[in-house]
Order: sequence, then structure tokens, then C-alpha cells
Amino acid sequence: MSSILLNSNTQWVLVSTMILGIAAGIIGCLAYWKRQNLMSDALSHAALPGVVVAFLLFAEKNLLVLIVGAGISALVGAFLIQWITNASRISEDSAMGMILAVFYGFGIMLLTIANRSPGGNQSGLDSFIYGQAASMVKSDVITMLILALLVILVVLVGYKEWKIYLFDQEFAKGIGLSIKGMNAFYTIVLVTTIVIGIQAVGVILMAAMLIIPAVSARYWTQSFLVMILLSALFGGISGAVGTLISALGSGLPTGPFIVVVAASIFAFSLVFGKQKGLFINYIQYRLHQKRVRNGMQMKAEGAK
Amino acid sequence: MTYTAWIILTAALVGLSCGIVGVFLILRKTAMMADAISHTVLLGIVVAFIITREVSGPAMLIGGILAGLLTAFFVQWLHTLNVQHDASMGIVFTTLFAIGVILIATSVGNAHLDVQHALMGEITFIPFHTITIPIIGEIPEAAGLLLLVLVVVLFFIIAFYKEWKITSFDPALAASLGIPVLFMHYVFMGLVSITTVASFDAVGAIMVVAMLITPAAAAYLWTDKLLIMLVLSGTFGVVSSIVGYYIAAWIDTSISGSMAFATGLVFMVSFFFSPKHGLVSKYIRPSKVA
Repeated sequence: MSSILLNSNTQWVLVSTMILGIAAGIIGCLAYWKRQNLMSDALSHAALPGVVVAFLLFAEKNLLVLIVGAGISALVGAFLIQWITNASRISEDSAMGMILAVFYGFGIMLLTIANRSPGGNQSGLDSFIYGQAASMVKSDVITMLILALLVILVVLVGYKEWKIYLFDQEFAKGIGLSIKGMNAFYTIVLVTTIVIGIQAVGVILMAAMLIIPAVSARYWTQSFLVMILLSALFGGISGAVGTLISALGSGLPTGPFIVVVAASIFAFSLVFGKQKGLFINYIQYRLHQKRVRNGMQMKAEGAK
Repeated sequence: MTYTAWIILTAALVGLSCGIVGVFLILRKTAMMADAISHTVLLGIVVAFIITREVSGPAMLIGGILAGLLTAFFVQWLHTLNVQHDASMGIVFTTLFAIGVILIATSVGNAHLDVQHALMGEITFIPFHTITIPIIGEIPEAAGLLLLVLVVVLFFIIAFYKEWKITSFDPALAASLGIPVLFMHYVFMGLVSITTVASFDAVGAIMVVAMLITPAAAAYLWTDKLLIMLVLSGTFGVVSSIVGYYIAAWIDTSISGSMAFATGLVFMVSFFFSPKHGLVSKYIRPSKVA
């Protein structure tokens, strides 16, 4: 265990998955209140063709290039979902499912071609898709760190605007906040978070990083600010602990372990959470029953 | 039959059964449940494999159904606990999928299962795994499984056609008529699960979502009649799987990926040119001013 921790590459990876967890936890809260939890799932799948096209065009596995490719393709996906939903009678979740699967299929087509191409360094690309944090090198980690910090900063600096935008759009219009602009901004922030997480967690499980910490945080607080902080904390813990566990064995994928840790935190919050947790609910229910029974008894005694 | 013919037939069976089941996914606005179930079915298959230690059709079918129903049940349960519906979906399927991937990476190891195969499918191997059926003779196992599932799906849909129709379009009315809406929901999720498991070998976990949702969504743009939508969706499914096969053969790439891509093409044509709800027809014939 200690030898793993001393390995400097593991330390770097650990830091990056932790920051990633924090960023995803924060953005997840925005997605939660926009009620677009599964949008992150659709967009992370939709990023795949962009990754492969970027790889084919530049013929190297440079993280920044792949991230830009992923980002563009996810944005195209987001635009198409929006367009299909607005212009036809297809509902949003059908549109998301379609874009997710068709883009992914297209990505797999391209990936098969890329893997066949001479010099197609396929092992690198595959880990990019299924999430293998151990395959990251220092320059990858630095790219990820900068982008994640940028995302976190954007939310914290514009905290008040985000809050108004999410909870009171009428008021937002009143004070001259452009909803369209905020929507675009939100999509960009979401897509950025998704694409920087893909290498560590994989396209399929990236959605979990955005959804699970935010929902878990909801069980502990009613305040938006506290929810963001808690969600960031849960995300950070999941990232770090998941990475550590996967580092214990060789060749273990990182993403699934991160998700399982996050899910454990969720299960704990679901049962013991201060707000609406199952345990608290049960206690309150019992107390209420007791009070009702006592009240009835007192009434009965009074009647005597 | 030749090797190519078997592949095309299997692909067409995937397209047909997915297309038919998909209609109800679209109408019940639970399209993303297909995504959730297709991911968790992986866990069911892995567990079935760990228990029986062999890759066998029936065991995988049962594992897949159980995993699918478990997913539906968990999602429903979390939703009753006030978790947003799509969030509960997101939590349940990513977690179960992650457990599946971990099981593959640790205990099953380098056996017949690997994540990549499960996610992308490998239709090119299908003609090699054959079973012998009396009268018909030797057919690929996957094609036999798909045929069986298609029969089951058709049976359920035809036998309870009216019930499906009412529960899909007006659940409240259905409940007031005494139709067990929740039970029907679980039966439907079971149908989605078996279709997914049967299609798994051919197209993999994620492309099956394309086969389930896209042809049905395309058909939804052409008609307002359920029966016509079912026929159209099944046809679109078959057409896209065959077109997908030839695209893949033409540029030499993944067949399942091309099939998913072809469903996208079918939808795109419908989105622009469908006479009823297409963009072009809307442009030419502006909707009546109310």
C-alpha cells in the first residue's frame, strides 16, 4: 500500500481524480437542479466520435487534442438533442437516447478504423474510453487539473448568478440576466467537466460522477451552497478512494471503483441523511405515532 | 445458408424485435430505461456466468431478465423515496454496471467474457456457435435465441394489445379500468430485458439502445396509428441493420457500430422528410393558424 502511495505517478493520478470528483460534484448540483441528470450520460457517450476523429487527424494521443475533439462532438450532440426536442414531437429522453447510442455507434465505427490504421496506438485509445486513470501521465494530469480548476472557479465566481438562474428564471430575466446565455454557458461547463473526466472514469460511467454526489448531498441539507460543498466533498472522496482501490491490483479499471465508492456514500446518505433519510424518517414516524397515541390516551383520561 | 446470410438474418432479427419493443419505450416516454437496462444486463450476464461457469443462452437470458427487473425495481423504489426519476436511473444503472465491470476485471478474468465484447458485440462470430434444432437443422445459437425472444415479445404484445395501448397512452384511465399498470410496467421491462440480452451477442450493450429507440422514434414521425407505427418501426429496424451491415462491409469496420449509425440515418431522413411531422413538410405547409 505504502509503495503505491510513494509512487509519484499514483500521487499525480490521485490528485487529478480527486479534483475531477470535486468539479463533477459541483457541476452535478447545477445539473440536478436543471433536472438534466441523464444529459451528462448522453453527452459523455456523444463525445466518443470526437475523441477518435481528433486522434485520427493528429495521429497522436495528446490529451488536450482529444479533449477538444470530445468537447466539440459532445456539443454537437447537445445541439442535436435540443433541436430534435424542439422541432419535432420526439420527447427529450428519446432524443437523448438516440443521440447517445447513434453517436456511440458512429464512434465505434471510427475506432475500429483507427485501431486498424498503421501506428494506431490502440491501447491508449481504449483506456481513454473505458477509464484507466493509471494510464495518465504527468502532462495529462496537469491539463486535467487546469481545466477542472477553471470549471470550479467559473461556478464559484458566478455563484449568485447560477443560483438565480437555476431557481428563479423570471427574476433572472428581470435583472437582465440572459437565460439563453446562461444556458449556453451551462452546456459548455457541463461538457468541459465530462470530457476531462473521460480518461479517468470512461465515457460510460462519467455520468455517475455528476449524478451520484449531488443526489447524496441532497440528503444532508436544504441550502444550495452547503449542497455544492458537500457534493464536492463526496465527489472528491469517491475519486480519491476509488483510485486507491484500483491501484491495489494491476490492470483494474479506475472508473467502476470510483462509481462504487460514490454509490456507497449515496446508500449511507439515503439511510442516515439528516434530510429525508430513511432512518430519520422512521424515527420521526415512530415519534409521531407515540405522540398521537399519548394524545389519544390523554383525551380518553380527560373524558373520564 | 452462407456465412453472410446468417449474419444478415441475425442482424435483421435484432432490428425487428428491438423495433417492435422500442415503440412502447417511445410511447411510454421511458426511452432512457432502455439505456439503463442495457447497461445492467451486463451484470446479470456476468453473474450468470460466474454461477454456471459457461456461456450458455438460457442462463444468460435468466440473468439478464433478473438484472433488468432489478433495475426497474430499484429505479421505481428510489423514485418513491423522492429521488428525481432520471437521477434514480442514473444512480442505479451506473452502479450496477460498475459492479459488473469490476466482476469481469477481477473474478472472471480472461474467460469468454470481456467488457469490450459485451459493449460492442461481435456479430462476426455468431455463425460459428451453432445449435441443432429438430426439423430446421443447425442454426446459430444467437439467431435461435433471437427467434425465441421475438416469438415471446410478439405473443405478449398481441395477447395484451389493448392493455398495452391503454396503459401506454393513458395510464390513469388504465388504472381506473382495473388494469394493473405497475405490473404491466414490470412485464414490459422484462420484455425489454430479454430483447436486450438476446441482442447482446450481436450488437452489444450500447448499440442495442440505438436499435431500440431510434427506429421507433423515426416511426413516430410518420404515423399516429399504433399498429402502423409497430410495422414501420420493425421495418426500419430491419432496414437499418441490413444497411448497417453493408456500410460495415464497404468501409470494413464494426458491424454493430454501423448498424447503430444506420438507425441514425433512418431517423434523419424521417426527421426531414416525413410527410406528417417532417421539417420539410412543415416548411412547405405551415401549420394552420389556430
